[in-house]
Amino acid sequence: MAEKSAVPSRLDQRDASWFIDKLFQVLMFVGGISAVIFIIGIFVFITKEGLAFLFEGFSFLEFFGSINWRPTSTNPTYGALALIVGTASITGVAILVAIPFSIGAAVYISEFATGKTKETLKVLVELLAAIPSVVWGFIGLSIMNEFIIEVFDVPIGLNVLNAGIILGLMAAPIMTTIAEDALKAVPDKYREAAEAMGATRWQIIRQVVLPAAKNGLVSAVLLGVGRGFGETMAVLMASGHAINIPTSPFDSVRALTATIAAELGETAQGSEHYGALFALGIFLFLITFIINLAADLVVRGIRKK
Amino acid sequence: MKRPHFLFFLGITLLAGCGRPEGSSRTVIQNKGSDTLVNVAQAWAEAYQTVNPGIAVAVTGGGTGTGIASLLNGTVDIANASRNIKDSERAILVENGHSPVEFVVGFDALAIFLHKDNPIQEITVEQLKAIYVDGGELERWSQLGVTVPGCSSDKIIRISRQNNAGTYAYFREAVLDDQDFKLGSLDMHGSKDVVDLVMNTPCAIGYSGLAYANEEIHMPAVSSEGGATFVKPTVESAVDGSYPIARSLLMYTADEPEGPVAAFLDWILSDEGQCIMKDKGYATARPVECPADAGM
Repeated sequence: MAEKSAVPSRLDQRDASWFIDKLFQVLMFVGGISAVIFIIGIFVFITKEGLAFLFEGFSFLEFFGSINWRPTSTNPTYGALALIVGTASITGVAILVAIPFSIGAAVYISEFATGKTKETLKVLVELLAAIPSVVWGFIGLSIMNEFIIEVFDVPIGLNVLNAGIILGLMAAPIMTTIAEDALKAVPDKYREAAEAMGATRWQIIRQVVLPAAKNGLVSAVLLGVGRGFGETMAVLMASGHAINIPTSPFDSVRALTATIAAELGETAQGSEHYGALFALGIFLFLITFIINLAADLVVRGIRKK
Repeated sequence: MKRPHFLFFLGITLLAGCGRPEGSSRTVIQNKGSDTLVNVAQAWAEAYQTVNPGIAVAVTGGGTGTGIASLLNGTVDIANASRNIKDSERAILVENGHSPVEFVVGFDALAIFLHKDNPIQEITVEQLKAIYVDGGELERWSQLGVTVPGCSSDKIIRISRQNNAGTYAYFREAVLDDQDFKLGSLDMHGSKDVVDLVMNTPCAIGYSGLAYANEEIHMPAVSSEGGATFVKPTVESAVDGSYPIARSLLMYTADEPEGPVAAFLDWILSDEGQCIMKDKGYATARPVECPADAGM
């Protein structure tokens, strides 16, 4: 009797858990696919808004070849060259600043630090990544501006150097985390083998660990570049927001993202200016997509080995 | 199974949607636009609490363009503007069946800002144009006959506003004769950013509403007739029209205002509202006797 009554109840239980299983299966699927849907949705939206401009008012030569970004002029022109060069120059300086900081920090955390020091450093690096970009921008605007004017005796402190340093410090924590992961992924047997051959610590890092982690380090740098292209608020505040082709790091420039942020809120929807800003958005989207894809391919290069 | 749930939620949503406006005892007036007017608009909103506690005024800045764009989209009741509404903007409103109404609420002098160490005391509109206009020949302070302490590069750093600010549009109209700006100016998002940057940059020149000036900044007198008479930017010179670059400050509604919005606008144009305007450093729309302590 007891056995007989136990069978249907167990069946009931299986029914309930089967239902829960199914539910979670669906939830997981939705969660997994949502990222893809969002990306496609964003791309479709940006393209849709920018498309009318691309087909009607768009001149390829003007957009990529002219620095005349005058959307509210009586005779509006939409030359994005200075904005593209501005973004590229800031990102370039940022990467030069970020590489030594992030690779150095990653090597120290992964190869030298132990125990509490290591844990504390990792937490601190993550904390650094949590500082809001508007705070970085504020530092650039209020502290770095005066500092750069005084130290370098230049007319204006809101320039490529200022924005590049700020952006470099912002990108460094993420780059450090990824680079550290790459160093951690190098098998210990490499280090042990090198040590057995009589190599010093420095020789191990320089000739064994860094070359073995090369792909991960390159992808860390690429993701830093992607961050640089996409960052908005800090760059808007620290770069000077001036349409200008820089000839030195002390020239003010304007970034693509900052232009969209400063102007989009105040343009009438569907106007030519609105479309032009979305065309900038499409261009930015394509660049960050290519950079992230490149980073991904490089990492995949590691796994094959 | 699914449909009843959906209807249930739909019902709840509809109920909530209906309930809110009727349940609330306060009416909110949405007010948005010119950064030049945002300080005084905020002061009006605060003071109006004591006049009519049943009405809340929500004030946002962002620039004249933003305010008028919101008026076109129907998300604000009153748009603040430091330039006249454009024909294209008015056309969109008329197309949608509105007839926009303009209220002159005060006047503002567009002050020229220089670093406090800059020795220039007087500047002509022609010189300003040569500094800011596309193709203008003034690039260095020495061309104006001065050496600015702390500015060893001698370069004039032009500080401007982003291209949809009312102040930007007014400067272009009044100083540049509607010609384009020289590229390479630092385009700040707000009037306060202009003042902050000029304060810390010896080589800089900037422009913005007189009300944003402070003691750390130096404002030259301006002449529009090639230097015959120079006038200091003050509230008085803006009202009597002697200061060459002064403009009217405006508020727009999409239609002839009614009810609380009309009452609020009436109050702004009353002595009490106008004295707040004066207290914030602007010129009033008409001569008003204000108590010496200005109330706040």
